[in-house]
Amino acid sequence: MTVTFDHAQERARPGACPACNVAPAAEHLAELPKDATLMLSLPGIHCAGCISGVEKALRGIPGVKEARVNLTLRRAAVEAEPGVTPDDLTQVLEAAGYEAHELDPGVLATTAADRAGRDLLMRLAVAFFAMMNVMLLSVAVWAGAEGVTRDMMHWISAGIAIPAVIFSGQPFYLSAWSALRGGRLNMDVPITLAIVLAVGTSLYETTQSGEHAYFDAAIALCTFLLAGRYLDHRTRASARSAAQELAALEVPRAVRILSDGTEETVAASDLAVGDIVRVKPGGRIPVDGVVTEGQSELDRSLMTGESLPVYAGPGQVVSAGEVNLTGPLLVQVQAAGRDTSLHRIADLVAVAESGRSNYNSLADRAAKLYAPGVHILSVVAAVGWYIGTQDLRVSLNIAAAVLIITCPCALGLAVPAVTTAASGRLFRKGLLIKKGTALERLAEADTVVFDKTGTLTTGTPDPVGLEDLPEGDLRVALALAEVSSHPLADALAVALRARGLQPATVTDLVERPGYGVEGLWHDKPVRLGRAAWLGAEAPDMTASFLKIGDQAPRTVRFTDTLREGAEETVAALKADGKRVILISGDTKGAVTRFAGRMGIDEVIAEALPEEKAALVADLAAEGAKVLMVGDGLNDTAALAAAHVSISPASALDAARTASDMVLMGRSLAPIGDAVTTSVSAAKRIHENFSIATVYNVLAVPLAVAGLATPLIAALAMSLSSITVSLNALRLR
Amino acid sequence: MDILGLLIPVSLFLGLLGLAFFFWMLRRGQFDDPDGDANRILSEDYDDKPKK
Repeated sequence: MTVTFDHAQERARPGACPACNVAPAAEHLAELPKDATLMLSLPGIHCAGCISGVEKALRGIPGVKEARVNLTLRRAAVEAEPGVTPDDLTQVLEAAGYEAHELDPGVLATTAADRAGRDLLMRLAVAFFAMMNVMLLSVAVWAGAEGVTRDMMHWISAGIAIPAVIFSGQPFYLSAWSALRGGRLNMDVPITLAIVLAVGTSLYETTQSGEHAYFDAAIALCTFLLAGRYLDHRTRASARSAAQELAALEVPRAVRILSDGTEETVAASDLAVGDIVRVKPGGRIPVDGVVTEGQSELDRSLMTGESLPVYAGPGQVVSAGEVNLTGPLLVQVQAAGRDTSLHRIADLVAVAESGRSNYNSLADRAAKLYAPGVHILSVVAAVGWYIGTQDLRVSLNIAAAVLIITCPCALGLAVPAVTTAASGRLFRKGLLIKKGTALERLAEADTVVFDKTGTLTTGTPDPVGLEDLPEGDLRVALALAEVSSHPLADALAVALRARGLQPATVTDLVERPGYGVEGLWHDKPVRLGRAAWLGAEAPDMTASFLKIGDQAPRTVRFTDTLREGAEETVAALKADGKRVILISGDTKGAVTRFAGRMGIDEVIAEALPEEKAALVADLAAEGAKVLMVGDGLNDTAALAAAHVSISPASALDAARTASDMVLMGRSLAPIGDAVTTSVSAAKRIHENFSIATVYNVLAVPLAVAGLATPLIAALAMSLSSITVSLNALRLR
Repeated sequence: MDILGLLIPVSLFLGLLGLAFFFWMLRRGQFDDPDGDANRILSEDYDDKPKK
């Protein structure tokens, strides 16, 4: 087979990596033909059957050339002709029984190739290869090779270890250099110093035909630490790509009305001030603007936490993120894209977040104690031995031995090994950890603040007290409710159908957007809708009204549907001795009633977004470590201000960005698991630090006393690293 | 002991070969979907377009 391609074009495109520039043919081979690459998210797939099922279904669609599922990322990449739309694909997959969502390839592009991960893996492979070979040679030395043979072994070891250490240790050298330049000390400084000193003195020893060459220890150090670094990277990379995937789930599009009356679909970011956009019922408003035409109701719960829909008509100011419920609306754009209030709040959150990054992880705190201690110890040992023996070579050797034997292999592995195990476990349960130190902070949390709408509840209403109404009325209500797609009507229709009722024969059904539904039943006008429209008095809870003829309007009350696992989670947290607080932007009556149902004693109702953030700040000032759980735009400031925060996948992008962890599924139950896991993870990390300390206490005197042969150094180092990793695995 | 003069270069060469092979696999993206690859061997379909 021959591969032909245009060389000029090939050269014009920058290579994906340095090696690709050297070997352009490889890059050409690695690239799939460019038609349209569509990305789908498949949260439900988990087995071999799903892979072939999805691929078969996709390949069966006309126009699809190639489909490939990535089970690790739960995604499918589809190569298709330009005419194929993502909707076609998701519909076919839904029909085949797989949940599928379109992803925005533009947002995902940055995570497509995990350059840093590959780089680390490559360095790890080199270090591992060198370690294995050097160890093999070292075994000969340990077994008692003498004289010329030993020197030869040492020289070959040097030949392998020095280039390997120079190449694979780069991440440490760079990080240590940037820390030193900034006048700080981090864990990489003693690592770099130990490697440089070990290789340097070993090389000197080798030229002098000495006994103690630490090439094996230096390269083993590199290998173990790179393994820790790679584990750390993997944890964060999977979280980052999943978080971006959530952001990519919302492909913001808008329907723009042109001056000649035609419609076109454009990206929300392309809208300009003054454009008119059409928002269909059920759609999210893409811009800040003013309603010019149409009547409807708006669901503002994500913005304000209010569960009752708000009436919208011409002149009404609307904000991006609100959901249009009943009628089509035309909205004149006042601010779009980055300028919308939604985006401005998201930007504010980014500022608030930088404050929290001051949190010092356990590893950093350990390094602060550790690095100076080790350096002082090795300098003291070197000076002491020089005074004692007047031999610079011996004293330098001792200093190198101290640095190698204390070098934080175990410390470097202690945290990444535990967090990788813990976040893997939580990921399988449906909780995604976005920030590196989130688990440590969650373990410290003692107060839990819940938002109500959208967090403890799903935001969908549930009718109550239906049994108090006569059956005939209910049948009329069912007939009326089935016409509308308003969430209250939807919920009512579902509940009535579930009771086995058949709709009454109601004629001339018309939906009045923003008001309700009306029709004729036995020549009597019947109406289902909001209080003001029917002349009823509005109660302090979510309700809909039914009016038949001249009768007094009947009230159908609604409560919020609990989110799956909500009651269990609250009960588990309370049993754990945590203080649980409910905060909501909703009315006092609704919130108190709801809190009673959940068994929460502390309630704050009608809270504005700033008040939520202020409450969290007050609690923090009192010394509480707050876990905030919320989903709306009104929660984002509080999420960012809290010690640690969790938001459900259904939350607004801004809220998810602000939180440390994201629930992938519908259930709240993983929160309880996360708290338990985080506590045991923190325990494991502390245990690992203790193991490392005990080992140092045992080994350092040996090194200072000049008894640490290269064999003892290598053994002690490997042993502590393996113990620490095994201890972390107990968490799985 | 002379045999060491032969065995050490041979073992190094084989090790380097393995390393080069690993780099090649890494470059070809064979470690991009470990879960999927573990499951694909169970599938009956013949994968005639393995991932490049």
